[in-house]
Amino acid sequence: MWTELDWAPLWLTFRLAGITTLILLLIGVPLAAWLAATQSRFKPVAETLVSMPLVLPPSVLGFYLLLAFSPNSALGGWLLATFDLRLVFTFEGLVLGSVLFSLPFMVHPLQSALSALPHSLSEAAYTLGRSRSNTLFTVLLPNIKGALLAGIVLSFAHTVGEFGVVLMIGGNIPGVTKVASIAIYDEVESLNYAAANLYAGVLFVLSFVILLAVYLFNRRALRAA
Amino acid sequence: MIEINVEKRLDGAAGSQLLRVDSRWDSGQRVALFGASGAGKTTLLRMLAGLVRPDAGRIVVDGELWFDSRKGVCLPAQARRVGMVFQDYALFPHLSVRGNLEFAQARKDPQRVDELLALTGLAALATRKPATLSGGQQQRVALARALAAEPRLLLLDEPLSALDPDLREQLQGELLALQQRFALSTVLVSHDLAEVFRLAQHVLRLEAGQVIGEGAPAELFLAQSGGGRFHLAAQVLAIRRVDVVEMASLLVGGQIVDVVLDEGEAARLRVGASVTIAAKGFSPLIL
Repeated sequence: MWTELDWAPLWLTFRLAGITTLILLLIGVPLAAWLAATQSRFKPVAETLVSMPLVLPPSVLGFYLLLAFSPNSALGGWLLATFDLRLVFTFEGLVLGSVLFSLPFMVHPLQSALSALPHSLSEAAYTLGRSRSNTLFTVLLPNIKGALLAGIVLSFAHTVGEFGVVLMIGGNIPGVTKVASIAIYDEVESLNYAAANLYAGVLFVLSFVILLAVYLFNRRALRAA
Repeated sequence: MIEINVEKRLDGAAGSQLLRVDSRWDSGQRVALFGASGAGKTTLLRMLAGLVRPDAGRIVVDGELWFDSRKGVCLPAQARRVGMVFQDYALFPHLSVRGNLEFAQARKDPQRVDELLALTGLAALATRKPATLSGGQQQRVALARALAAEPRLLLLDEPLSALDPDLREQLQGELLALQQRFALSTVLVSHDLAEVFRLAQHVLRLEAGQVIGEGAPAELFLAQSGGGRFHLAAQVLAIRRVDVVEMASLLVGGQIVDVVLDEGEAARLRVGASVTIAAKGFSPLIL
């Protein structure tokens, strides 16, 4: 049974989740640091945009991405002509969709942890000659390790569990955009319950193990502190 | 020489007020900013540190221009080389005591770290994390970290306010010794008269954003309280007639004292009123 299973969708899922999480770390840390520190008038607007994926049906986001990046649209056509970059029905498109869709899962834990740190910590670092970015990396981030871990795990797990956005912008191309959640749907549609069961089982067990590891880590970290 | 002449509008709980300070003092001195909370002491200290930008004015420290609104100069906190001790100490929780001190040094100087750890009695605690230390120990780490940066100006924001009275007194002595050893220009924010009297050589008394008195502590506080007199805040607990005189029971500093009133006083006073009583300080018993 295991040998007959097409492992490509699972491999693709974890590759997508890994790359998405990495990109989210690079974007999410500075974005969360800005949101936690800023008093700009635009902060509520930025916070709303970051949180939108929490309330929007994934298909809405996927639909707009599909419209925006279709080669027939202005943006999609320009990307294709200038950078030879096609974001519809490609893996790159999936990554972009996942990054947008999982953004709040990275930004929210980081932002609330950074806001909870006393102001005086960064001010002390400034008076000791450290720049803002140096302070972020040497003082602030080391003190929000739990939130960093939460952001990484939630983003990863959320990307693994994605369905709507991926289906809209990626379609169902084996080896390119057919991730595990779509493969399950596919197998069920063709009444192949055994394969669907395997994919579902693997996702279930993995998600459980990842989350359990996080809670165990946090418990140990709490005891150590 | 440290010159400060600044203005800033403060929006606090009690509405908007203008903080205006124009003062200068010699380098190497201990200067105290004294006043009730909300008077603008901490804001003034933060302007010196470069953490708050004045609306207008000029700050010059030992000939170096730190702030000038007309020339558009505002040296960032990073470039001012001040050693600041925050009211909550602001120790970095993820670093050890030694790590906190090393963080302050632009160029690593383990000898100075060792020296400061020894001077502040922290050598045995060097590997501990701040959260495992007592309040007094944390205060010493904060001070040692501020000194580790070899600052040109030491700024202390209510540095001892979180400690109990005995410890406070002990740390005042240590603070004094360290400041003298390094001959550092020091600015201290405090609302504790005893602390200011003991630590400061020059006092700026602030009220609602204005400097209402400036000078050596002895001049400033003795002149204001009329030389050899006690001025004590008291609360009237009861007024009663005993034979031919009126007596009032007053609560003064945790003690209840009966005083004799003349008729005019007895008519003016109400039970529950807050009053000030003055008494001569001539040859009291000192126990």
